Amino acid sequence: MPKLHNHPQLDRNGELQHLLTIEGLPKSIIHHILDTAQSFVGISDREVKKVPLMRGKSVFNLFFENSTRTRTTFEIASKRLSADVINLNIQASSTSKGESLLDTIDNLAAMHADMFVVRHAQSGAPYLIAQHLNRTGQKDIHVVNAGDGRHAHPTQGLLDMYTIRHYKQDFTKLRVAIVGDILHSRVARSDIHALTTLGVPEVRAIGPQTLLPGGLEHMGVRVFNNIEEGLKDVDVIITLRLQNERMSGALLPSAQEYFKSYGLTPERLALAKPDAIVMHPGPMNRGVEIDSAVADGKQAVILPQVTFGIAVRMAVMSILAGGRA
Amino acid sequence: MKFARMNLHIKNGRLVDPANGVDQVADLFIADGKVAAVGTAPDGFRADTSIDASGMVVAPGLVDLSARLREPGYEYKATLESEMQAAIQGGVTSLVCPPDTDPVLDEPGLVEMLKHRARNLDQANVHPLGALTMGLKGQALTEMAELTEAGCIGFAQAEVPILDTNVLLRALQYAKTFGYTVWLRPQDAHIGRGGVAHSGPLASRLGLSGVPVMAETIALHTIFELVRSTGARVHLCRISSAAGIELVRAAKAEGLPVTCDVGVHHLHMTDADIGFFDSNARLTPPLRTQRDRDAIRAALVDGTVDAICSDHTPVDDDEKLLPFAEASPGATGLELLLSLTLKWAEELHGDAALLRALAKITSQAARTAGLAAGQLGVGAVADVVVFDPGARWTVDGAALASQGKHTPFLGFEVSGQVRATVVGGRVAYQR
Repeated sequence: MPKLHNHPQLDRNGELQHLLTIEGLPKSIIHHILDTAQSFVGISDREVKKVPLMRGKSVFNLFFENSTRTRTTFEIASKRLSADVINLNIQASSTSKGESLLDTIDNLAAMHADMFVVRHAQSGAPYLIAQHLNRTGQKDIHVVNAGDGRHAHPTQGLLDMYTIRHYKQDFTKLRVAIVGDILHSRVARSDIHALTTLGVPEVRAIGPQTLLPGGLEHMGVRVFNNIEEGLKDVDVIITLRLQNERMSGALLPSAQEYFKSYGLTPERLALAKPDAIVMHPGPMNRGVEIDSAVADGKQAVILPQVTFGIAVRMAVMSILAGGRA
Repeated sequence: MKFARMNLHIKNGRLVDPANGVDQVADLFIADGKVAAVGTAPDGFRADTSIDASGMVVAPGLVDLSARLREPGYEYKATLESEMQAAIQGGVTSLVCPPDTDPVLDEPGLVEMLKHRARNLDQANVHPLGALTMGLKGQALTEMAELTEAGCIGFAQAEVPILDTNVLLRALQYAKTFGYTVWLRPQDAHIGRGGVAHSGPLASRLGLSGVPVMAETIALHTIFELVRSTGARVHLCRISSAAGIELVRAAKAEGLPVTCDVGVHHLHMTDADIGFFDSNARLTPPLRTQRDRDAIRAALVDGTVDAICSDHTPVDDDEKLLPFAEASPGATGLELLLSLTLKWAEELHGDAALLRALAKITSQAARTAGLAAGQLGVGAVADVVVFDPGARWTVDGAALASQGKHTPFLGFEVSGQVRATVVGGRVAYQR
């Protein structure tokens, strides 16, 4: 039976109401976010690093899963937009007392939140929240997915696109390789959707079979098990973090063997185009997925990614809050 | 007997009785809880009650091979009262319930209590499956003979696969000794553990853990090998994949004593119906692909699949309004079984479509479970459903009698509405 699923992140006019995933996001919206971010990049270099676009608005950082880095960048982005930021580490508070996720949301909504930035260990949790807000008539509260399970990390995907656009300009001539644990990576999924939407003709996934999800071809990705073949002539390399808990067990025998087979070394980097850039969503495991010589090398753009990340998050939040830049 | 059985005359209806190949306008005369005559009244028959079934279908009461009533132990999800009401409103007069209650149905006393509670409600006939192993732990066998005496019609592990294949072998040998049927849902204990959706492009995209088809096929290979060796009769519950169907087809062709059913959701839906993490579509086994769905439909037609069950599993709001993977699997189904089977019948072509479709939830289901139900020949127990095949209704959780309000079919318009349900000659429900 065919069932129509209205995407909960777009309102009736096709405008962004929540940012939950890059999948299905029109190219025009992605470019609008990137353009808006570009206009914010300069703000961070000013002496007064603030614009009043979200003055008087309350942003709640709801982190059901620990993350210092992402939470901090959202906090900085909110503050530069002059919003009030409330950080909630929910792991340590209400849910451990048995309060349900949606009860927590209703309580915070009653405190007149304007935006929830949500990080959750379960794929789809921000959808549940957005759908609940839509259903209960609280459509003026916006949800930003700051990473849900293995599903999506749209602001990371967008900042990766910002970075690629910054260095490579035209998406339609690129070969992009994503290397590592794609199975467990929400970043990889968001990058893949963004890259294919923006017209990148060849997106490659490189990793051992145990770390690649089935059906990647359906997402428009070419799969390589051999890193040497996979890196040949690529313009962009996105290296993924290998989580500690995956380093030994049934998925991989050891971190050492992983580095030997899939670590990004200068020799392997040399197989890519001479002007290829190397990206990493952080935090890095030097000597596991990436060699220090590459991480600190000329081609690495890992720190600019972090800087751009703030501007991209400012763009997303200000667009959702209605403050067109 | 709590109520006196009255003489009942169901007149002018289209009698559809798959077991007897009947599909014609004919009156049904019921006396002493049994079918007294079909077509013309027996001599001296005087009706105490009559039901005018003009424009309606009169069929055997439905036989549902999997309905969780949640008693004992999970009364906050559903009670026997609410679910028995749901059954008769859905036209279900016999239902088989799996043993995964709390405590598990592994002791005769618990089974007797359940049967007793159900009998007092005097609605649908409840046929429990006993646990195959104590506590469903897959270690020690239950007292199958005692449990059978208490009313169990077979033995099952519900959703808990047996880790130790040697225990499964012994269980089948023991069941075979006494001629009991073992009901198994084929599921490998390790592959797909923790999975919440069909392993495929959708699960990969949504970042959900998958349950691969091989979780089903590996288990089927093991079960068939054990059946070959023991000769035990096995009923396979809720086959979900095309590859699984193919193995069952081959096993039947080989002459193994196996039967199988499918859940009604899998007849219509695929993993695409999960959409954006709709936890109402979180089911066990998971919804699979269109190819799997088509194979299930074809297997119903060619007889590989014997029955369609509702896989009725009431889940309350607190356990459904959660991120997809944390939500409890299952959907309410007793009140949807008829309409969803009719929906399939609409897509079957040929004159006998209704007859063939109803067989899967009446006569063939009863035969599979070894129940003397599901048919309306003279002398049969008068379990009858009268329904309006053309009446359209929209699935709305609040309007369901079941305490389970969650189903992936919420908001769907379906046809077929029950007007009367007769159990043992008594009108148990009428609207």
